[in-house]
Amino acid sequence: MSKHTFSIGGVHPHDNKISRECAIQPLPLAPSVYISVAQHIGAPSVPVVAVGDKVKVGQVVAEPGGFVGAFIHSSVSGTVKSIAPRADLAGRMATHIEIAVEGDEWLEGIDTSDTLVTAIPEDAKAIVDKIRLGGVVGLGGATFPTHVKLSPPPGSKCERVIINGCECEPYLTSDFRTLLEKGEQVVVGAALLQKAMGGVPCTIAIEENKPEAIAHIKDVIAKLGYSGIEVMVMKMMYPQGGEKQLIDAVMHRQVGSGALPISVGAVVQNVATALAVYDAVQKNKPIVDNSVTVTGECFPKQANLLVRVGTPLRYIVDYLGGVPENAVKIISGGPMMGRAVANLDAATVKGTGALLFLTEEQTKRAPESHCIRCGKCADACPMGLEPFLLNKLSQAKDTEALEANAAQDCIECGCCLYSCPAHIPLLDHIRVGKGFVMSAIRARAAAAKAAAEAAKAAADAKK
Amino acid sequence: MSKLLVSPSPHIHSKDSTKSLMRDVIIALLPAVICSFVFYGWREILVMAVSVASCVLLEWAITKYMLKKPSTVGDLSAVITGILLAMNVPYTTPWWVIVIGSVVAIGVAKMTFGGIGQNIWNPALVGRVFLLVSFPTYMTTWSQPQGLFGADAVTGATPLGAIQEGLMQGATVQDIMAEHGYNYGQMLFANLGGSAGEVCALALLAGFVFLCARKVIKPWITLSIFATVALVSLVFWGINPARFTDPLFNLLTGGLVLGACFMATDYVTSPMSVWGGVVFGVGIGLLTVLIRYFGSYPEGVSFAILIMNSVVPLINMGFKQKKFGRK
Repeated sequence: MSKHTFSIGGVHPHDNKISRECAIQPLPLAPSVYISVAQHIGAPSVPVVAVGDKVKVGQVVAEPGGFVGAFIHSSVSGTVKSIAPRADLAGRMATHIEIAVEGDEWLEGIDTSDTLVTAIPEDAKAIVDKIRLGGVVGLGGATFPTHVKLSPPPGSKCERVIINGCECEPYLTSDFRTLLEKGEQVVVGAALLQKAMGGVPCTIAIEENKPEAIAHIKDVIAKLGYSGIEVMVMKMMYPQGGEKQLIDAVMHRQVGSGALPISVGAVVQNVATALAVYDAVQKNKPIVDNSVTVTGECFPKQANLLVRVGTPLRYIVDYLGGVPENAVKIISGGPMMGRAVANLDAATVKGTGALLFLTEEQTKRAPESHCIRCGKCADACPMGLEPFLLNKLSQAKDTEALEANAAQDCIECGCCLYSCPAHIPLLDHIRVGKGFVMSAIRARAAAAKAAAEAAKAAADAKK
Repeated sequence: MSKLLVSPSPHIHSKDSTKSLMRDVIIALLPAVICSFVFYGWREILVMAVSVASCVLLEWAITKYMLKKPSTVGDLSAVITGILLAMNVPYTTPWWVIVIGSVVAIGVAKMTFGGIGQNIWNPALVGRVFLLVSFPTYMTTWSQPQGLFGADAVTGATPLGAIQEGLMQGATVQDIMAEHGYNYGQMLFANLGGSAGEVCALALLAGFVFLCARKVIKPWITLSIFATVALVSLVFWGINPARFTDPLFNLLTGGLVLGACFMATDYVTSPMSVWGGVVFGVGIGLLTVLIRYFGSYPEGVSFAILIMNSVVPLINMGFKQKKFGRK
């Protein structure tokens, strides 16, 4: 079978999937969980419980703060102890709901059995609504509310649902394990998403380094007999799991600058999200837990754990034997796009997919030297940008030239910095430059809006 | 663990460094260097030693005493300049001429612009051309290969020099070729008069293949030079074979293989994009043939590369890769 991949750039880091044999095990409940109200893109949710309230697993504790927002559910049963600001993994303060765990009592109506429910509801609207009520957000990293993605703006039409099973980041294996262990649920989830988008075809994209998952999902599709779902074997290439890259690889269509995937008829959902969709729609089970890969060569015990949302990172690490002596960096997510953990007391969120431990030797940045104009950064950039140029323009704070050279298109995948032989911190600078352009674009939009309003007010005054 | 390191992503880096890339280039040059030692003997070893040592020492001294910055000799780029300079001069060149060449290459062409990555022209070529116009006697007295322990040098003309001289005396290309007994197998495997870098095309090509396989360089610049030289000389040769040399002769003589494989592909002084590289290569190929046929110097690769080096910034502006999702 020919292998598919995206058309511009990309790099080949060693995949280091050393935890691939670790089956997903439930992590014992922590004494307390801390559930953030800001764990998705969009408006923070609004707490609907008060200190002292008794809650059950799956009970809503916060409601969406806007259309782009999500329900948040209690991941444990117990008593609400506090609703107060608490530092997240980067040290930024956000409101967290602290719940002291008492037993493990689930809300009535949630099906916690293992029975596979394969019947697909007829009503697409009902499916999307259940997804919304289940607090489902994109679990591939961006945590964008899924029901919003499934509600295309008027005039746009979905032509294909893509289930992202690339897991192109090195070290991560939770999606791979999910495909192997919950393949049926993922495929039913895919069928639900298909139905929600009006019965369009669906592609489950899996990279070639997961042959067991490819074979298993093909079997499951054949067994369940859903039509219009196919597995596409992808070449190993980072950042294939990037939304724009994956659409390019699967559909040979390029999403324009600043445009949404739906503009080319695509809706992309991650494997873990498809599982969450299954749980929400078929089992009435909102997102209360997610699989987290805990890994790293220096970490003695590789694991894939099913972790309740809001579990302190330190509790997970201590359960597996504590932070290794020679680990200098802990990353939430993969080594290419994950975020460095500054605060082990931070709690997991729905989007937490991995904890990676790196040694100084693995992660230390070599001193920067002169650019030798080798062009490796431009070759690696999956957006076709010129990182060496954007780097210079960012340092010169030349917003106009940055925008002309498409700094705002940067997806921050890290390929440029990864491949630069002179070890220039290209992406560090480009992020800053991208910030300049984004605020200029926002300022222009605000000015245009204000001008339009002023014109309207003037016209109204004339009447 | 006492403290956690916190920095932005990505958290890992590829194994490539400037040093590792330069080391690969040196490895790729080794077959040709060894060939030149075998064909030219101890005097070539001396030339190489003086050239490399003076380039490295100069860069070290300039960074330490003039720029007062951390030394950059560790990146090995000065070693490459030294090797290339040595491969561009006759093995009979006196040591002090080579030192002057190094001063121009490293001191003028590289460090004046700010060191690695900042120079406009290929340092080794600037050094070579400076020597060519300043010391034409030393630089154009080519000697036949003598072997590792050969006797005294026997001087003679390079094939390109012999052709130009013969043409000026009114002979035809065929006559001159026959008179000197040139054949292409000999050119491919060496043993013709010339600088070290001209002697063994096969060893140089092996290095080029190695660099492409290691993904240190892309083949497009080199291939477009070869293709252009072959095509342009084919046209002239087709029109008048008595006046113009044939394509194979042009491909195998002079520093063409060395220039196309190792000098034109220098990162710093060549375009970044594939199509930019092709334009660059076509320019070099065209200029090389025109200088050889119509110029006053028998050899044109050095000048062609330096001229095209000058327009690289323009080529880079004109040939950008297509951005994702944009027209």
